[in-house]
Amino acid sequence: MTVLVFVETEAGQVRQASRSAIAAATKLGDVHALVAGDAAASDAAATAAAKVPGVARVLKAGADVLAHELAEPLADLIVALAGDYTHLLAASSAAGKNVMPRVAALLDVQPIPDVMAIVDADTFVRPIYAGNALATVKSSDAKKVLTIRAASFDPAPAEGGSAPVEAVTVTVTDETSRFVSAHTPVSDRPELESARVIVSGGRGLQSAENFHKYLEPLADKLGAAIGASRVAVDSGYAPNDSQVGQTGKIVAPELYIAVGISGAIQHLAGMKDSKVIVAINKDAEAPILQVADYSLVGDLFEIVPALTAAL
Amino acid sequence: MKILVPVKRVVDYNIKVRVRSDGTGVETAGLKMSMNPFDEIAVEEAVRLREKGAATEVIAISIGVQQAQDTLRTALAMGADRAILVLTDESPEPLTVAKILKVLVEREKPELVFLGKQAIDDDMNATGQMLAGLLGWPQGTFASKVEVADGRVDVAREIDGGTETVSLALPAIVTADLRLNEPRYASLPNIMKAKKKPMETLQAADLGVDTTRRLTTVSVSEPPTRKAGVTVSSVAELVEKLRNEARVI
Ligand SMILES: Cc1cc2nc3c(=O)[nH]c(=O)nc-3n(C[C@H](O)[C@H](O)[C@H](O)COP(=O)(O)OP(=O)(O)OC[C@H]3O[C@@H](n4cnc5c(N)ncnc54)[C@H](O)[C@@H]3O)c2cc1C
Ligand SMILES: Nc1ncnc2c1ncn2[C@@H]1O[C@H](COP(=O)(O)O)[C@@H](O)[C@H]1O
Repeated sequence: MTVLVFVETEAGQVRQASRSAIAAATKLGDVHALVAGDAAASDAAATAAAKVPGVARVLKAGADVLAHELAEPLADLIVALAGDYTHLLAASSAAGKNVMPRVAALLDVQPIPDVMAIVDADTFVRPIYAGNALATVKSSDAKKVLTIRAASFDPAPAEGGSAPVEAVTVTVTDETSRFVSAHTPVSDRPELESARVIVSGGRGLQSAENFHKYLEPLADKLGAAIGASRVAVDSGYAPNDSQVGQTGKIVAPELYIAVGISGAIQHLAGMKDSKVIVAINKDAEAPILQVADYSLVGDLFEIVPALTAAL
Repeated sequence: MKILVPVKRVVDYNIKVRVRSDGTGVETAGLKMSMNPFDEIAVEEAVRLREKGAATEVIAISIGVQQAQDTLRTALAMGADRAILVLTDESPEPLTVAKILKVLVEREKPELVFLGKQAIDDDMNATGQMLAGLLGWPQGTFASKVEVADGRVDVAREIDGGTETVSLALPAIVTADLRLNEPRYASLPNIMKAKKKPMETLQAADLGVDTTRRLTTVSVSEPPTRKAGVTVSSVAELVEKLRNEARVI
């Protein structure tokens, strides 16, 4: 069996979430990695993808229409390449979730999102109801279209392989959708999905000013990424892409420190697979304490500075 | 401009479901059901567009069992003009939903279909993208801001590293993210008025759509439970445990 993985790159490396998708794909068969972008970006992306161990071949699609990962041309491209592949995969990233269901519809396939485990070539485990239940589903489609939950598969390494690169001809021309602009601030902190430690804040921080003042020094000490609850994001304490949960990022770091977060079902959905969870909350009844390995009950405005100083 | 808004009846977001002991699914009997939260946001946005004069009619559609008409009544009370209920036996999968919606799009000829980004029961996050694919329309998923002008819709989208804006030629598909708006509560007079708004009922079988499921559920299980944690009494104890017991710092 040969499997096609749509791979995202960033700053000359394959994104960790895509390397998890590659790791999942190697359980299914030989892996071909598809990279897409304008001519220069696709060259750089192909070089990065060729280095990932487990990739047997890189398909490079370079064209201006592919510059911004717009779902319409990208889906047409993937469908045009779908040929004999038994499985089409991508990470469950914003881009993967945007394009893969469209691909599936064009192939008359029911997609299988957020795969957490591969049972066999037709059978997969995925979360439903915000991860409160795990469904094992079997697909009768001839081709399977999957997105892979990064937190569930150890990523393939970024370096070590040397796969051949093949340029593919791009004939897609969709112009119904136009890229206008992006606002993607770069931060010195690790990405949420790949961070070893995450410090996450909620409504308990009370203001954007406190959010920065209390959480940043702690995160600095730990080399941590900063996450947030939905309330913290909605209240403007933190940017939208730091939201952890059912509808935000799904994370599973070695250490997750939840500060002033109650632990609503939707938040737990995004972090309860973390290896070690610490809860700092003044309410001894807060649901977050039920999933925490270590709970410290008290005022975060005293505890967080003391913790930062003690590290 | 007509707008279609597909709304799904789901277990209320405040309820933590239990897996049935025989592993065949989750227990939903007797649970409070509500409109999928993302669909409330989609209805709100569509109604606002009509209130601003950018749209002429908002049509809510639900596909499912007879009780989905309650969900449609809620959409009507929020301001939708009329509703269509498509009856099916059980909860259909996104491929089927998208095919049924395609038939209704061909009949109603809207310029926008506004869906939720994800149903909080199956967590598929697929139907909008699939409908867009079937129709060959552009898609603006995970929308946090929407502007309609000059035959296009500009959509600010929530993506992994921040946000981006795309401009789509109408007709188009948009799926709503949480921060698009704050949906209104239906007032009592509007709930009364909604009872008189038109609701059409169709049988999925009559629409010529093959509803055979492609995914069968082999089993449903509880996620692994975490072992009980401890409450520490001081910052010093926490640091000691993280260093020497958990060894994560
Ligand atoms: C469809 C849908 C999707 C959602 N998706 C997500 C999602 O992806 N992610 C997400 O996070 N939420 C999500 N939510 C929202 C979720 O239901 C909760 O509303 C949210 O997680 C609560 O955020 P919070 O814990 O910061 O606030 P609260 O629930 O208000 O909790 C604040 C906590 O801070 C504590 N606290 C206050 N002051 C102090 C202090 N001085 N010291 C110590 N502790 C203090 C309080 O005891 C409390 O436990 C979603 C909701 C819906 C309807
Ligand atoms: N049975 C249904 N009836 C009406 N709308 C639906 C149905 N299923 C899904 N949808 C729409 O599709 C969106 C995404 O659902 P899903 O792809 O299942 O996560 C929902 O937010 C609804 O807008």
